Amino acid sequence: MTAERSPASASASASAPAPVLEVAGLARSFGAVRAVNGVSFQVRQGEVVSVIGPNGSGKTTTLNLLGGLLTPDSGEIRLHGRRIERLPAERRAELGIARTFQNGRVFASLPVADNVYVGQYAKLKRTRPFPRLRHLPVLRWLPLLAELLLALVQPPTVRREQSEAAARTETQLARFGTRLLPRADHRAHTLSYANRRRTEIARALALEPTLLLLDEPTAGMNQTETAEVLDQLLDLKAEGQTIVLVEHKIDLVMTVSDRVIVMDEGQAIAAGTPAEVRDDERVVEAYLGRRRAQREEASR
Amino acid sequence: MIDTLLAGIIHGNTYALVAIGLSLIFGVSNVVNFAQGSVFAAGTMSGWWLIAEQHWPLWAAIAGVCAFTAVLGLAVNLLAVQPLAKVPPIAALLATYAVSVVLDNLSQVVFGPDTRRFPQALDTLNFHVGGFRFGTLDVVMFAVSVGCILLLGGFLKFTKYGQAIRATAQDSDAALQMGVPVGRVRNLSFMLASALGGLAGVLVGMYNSNISPSSGTAAGLTAFTAATLGGLGSLPGAVLGGLALGIVEAFGISYWGAGVDNLIIFGVLLLVLWLRPGGLLGKVPLISAEPLTGTFLGGGRPIRLRWWQALALIGVAAGVVPWVADDYQLTTGTQVLIFAILALSLTLVSGSAAQISLGQAGPMAVGAYTSALLVGEHGWPFLAGLFAAGLAAAVVGTVLMSPTWRLSGHYVSIATLGIGAVTVAAILNLDWLTHGPLGITAIPPPSLFGHQIITPTETYLLDLTVLLVALGLVVRLQKSFLGTVWSAVGADETALGASGLRPADYKALAYAVGAFVAGLAGSLLAHQYSYLDPTMFSPELSMLALTIIVLGGMNSPFGAVLGAVVLVGAPEVLRMAQDARLLTYGVLLLLLIRFRPQGLWARRA
Repeated sequence: MTAERSPASASASASAPAPVLEVAGLARSFGAVRAVNGVSFQVRQGEVVSVIGPNGSGKTTTLNLLGGLLTPDSGEIRLHGRRIERLPAERRAELGIARTFQNGRVFASLPVADNVYVGQYAKLKRTRPFPRLRHLPVLRWLPLLAELLLALVQPPTVRREQSEAAARTETQLARFGTRLLPRADHRAHTLSYANRRRTEIARALALEPTLLLLDEPTAGMNQTETAEVLDQLLDLKAEGQTIVLVEHKIDLVMTVSDRVIVMDEGQAIAAGTPAEVRDDERVVEAYLGRRRAQREEASR
Repeated sequence: MIDTLLAGIIHGNTYALVAIGLSLIFGVSNVVNFAQGSVFAAGTMSGWWLIAEQHWPLWAAIAGVCAFTAVLGLAVNLLAVQPLAKVPPIAALLATYAVSVVLDNLSQVVFGPDTRRFPQALDTLNFHVGGFRFGTLDVVMFAVSVGCILLLGGFLKFTKYGQAIRATAQDSDAALQMGVPVGRVRNLSFMLASALGGLAGVLVGMYNSNISPSSGTAAGLTAFTAATLGGLGSLPGAVLGGLALGIVEAFGISYWGAGVDNLIIFGVLLLVLWLRPGGLLGKVPLISAEPLTGTFLGGGRPIRLRWWQALALIGVAAGVVPWVADDYQLTTGTQVLIFAILALSLTLVSGSAAQISLGQAGPMAVGAYTSALLVGEHGWPFLAGLFAAGLAAAVVGTVLMSPTWRLSGHYVSIATLGIGAVTVAAILNLDWLTHGPLGITAIPPPSLFGHQIITPTETYLLDLTVLLVALGLVVRLQKSFLGTVWSAVGADETALGASGLRPADYKALAYAVGAFVAGLAGSLLAHQYSYLDPTMFSPELSMLALTIIVLGGMNSPFGAVLGAVVLVGAPEVLRMAQDARLLTYGVLLLLLIRFRPQGLWARRA
């Protein structure tokens, strides 16, 4: 085991907030395909960083590596200075990383409210005693059996915590106006596609994450719905939520992001503010160029 | 030494033939075909019929058997697997399980259940080479199975249809887009797999010379182990796994005696799942695509009983039934109650958490033996024995299953199946503790506060009380926050992990609670029957428990009771014979999965 060295923060100026996430030399291959090949970046407190790039450029793999669905072949991921790249997804979530999935993963057979409730379950203290023992083999049965006993007995402290959790669930649902609240009792698989995505975002936010990973939150949404998501993202940003966003809709990315990372063939080919990235030649070539060419053709 | 090795290789070859079929079908249809063992047994029986009764020459009989089992395989695909292609794979898994029960018992009805001699078509000991004796049969078996494996390999590699099969196995959607007739490819695969299974059946029939229609279950499970050992979906793996298993088994038997074969086979199965679930040559998919049950079986919304309805039902069960029913009916009633408890043990783990247990007889057996030994031989009071039975079942089940919870879907079901089988095999071999195949006799009846419970009425009331306690436990947990988390595990493990909860923990907890309840059922069974032996805890028992909750509604605790009344009570009242009963269960399960997957006591969501 190498000793944990302090984060290489020499490049960050003294006035800038501390980095929440530091990624260095991240790599992951599938067989002969180098899906992610040496990606490094930082995300500071309150920043919204978008990852863009053509299909197959490694965006979602990067997000899966950050969220813990995949483990990297090499490279480091630090959350608040702590190495996390070998931790499983649930440990990373406990440490404050919440995420949504590219194709949307709700608990289809559960009501909307329960979906969001499960999102904050990991944070409950009275309901889930001895949280530290949960990471130890065999001894993890102690908290599990305690949880079972509490579920059977349901003492007042636990019931109080449950009703607090229910209230927080409602708050998260209210974030989406009248989209989700009237459907709180509907099972998630009966929802429209857009509402399923909203449920997923609400579930992720219920964890009160220090870092939120969003994988194409507007995929399959029409313009009105996309605009709505944009508003919500701007609200989150105003609340100070740190976000890593993978997204294809360039207008949305350019509006909401503090910084943009452009990926192509597993590598970060450019990074900077939206304006910088927009003018970067390599980016235009790899990604935007085709669109520009199309637009010019269309305007002719 | 060399003798043992040769025996191992020859056995292993036939395992490989059946295992190849399993892996081929798993590859192209993503289904673990539990009917493969039954097709094997059908091969043995039809081979016997053609050679012994119709006096066909050997080569014609083999051709006939292969043709027959190929058609059988086609029927399995068309009737059980194909119609369920669009729903989560657990449906097809259960359907093939049901088909295997139907085929086995149909074969028993047609041929009669007794063991018979397979005519000796080839010499067995006519060669002497360097001190070893072997026969034409050994040579033919080896040559035929190796020949078939090579032929299949060549077919897959060099022909257009072989290419289509490989393409479908790799990605059926992409294959379909490229114009591969995926439906026909699947039919062809089932026919090929089943013809190989039938061929293996004839060969093994000749080799063992004593055959019976019920040999399919064991053969199927063995092949299953071989395929898993090699890596599910990998054909070279199936050959390798079959050979390795045959050799390990042959040496095991030569060192420890014939009784250990099942212990070895299922021990190997569990070890593979613990240590290297992808097997020697296969691999487990990186990111699980879809949850196994998804909205299929979990989609049913259990019908809620109102408190006064529940109270009225309890009143009838406790206050009316004991006074109007005669002793025979009450004894039937106790059977229903015990099986209701056993089925209830699946509600949380298989219903809510969607981990299909195919071996619930395992924990039940642990509970039964624990209680019988503690109360019968160590003088524990009955209630302590009952509680210890639940506890022991939970602990043993939890320990055996713990390494497998990081897996999901098929692999978990395979592990539960292995645990059911390994428990019985262990009981059979732990002579000093369990008296092995002789079993335990003279188990005292339950006694409470110095009063022995002997009459059917008292026994009925005791069982009813335990059922109500178990129902209370399950309903309370299902309605609690844990119930919500369990449903979330069942709906999508990956999403649960992303929410900061360890899916393996909650799956294990649901299984532990289920094993506890199954242990209670085992204890009641032991003290009521007053004797125990390992054959009572057969795969059929696990199958019955599962059928009961599929019938009643997997999510519904009350459905488990209702299912037990229908499936255990009705056949008893109608005095159905055992094979007819199992045949009915199989057909019923098949029909339910196809036409009413949410069960009786649930609405479609």
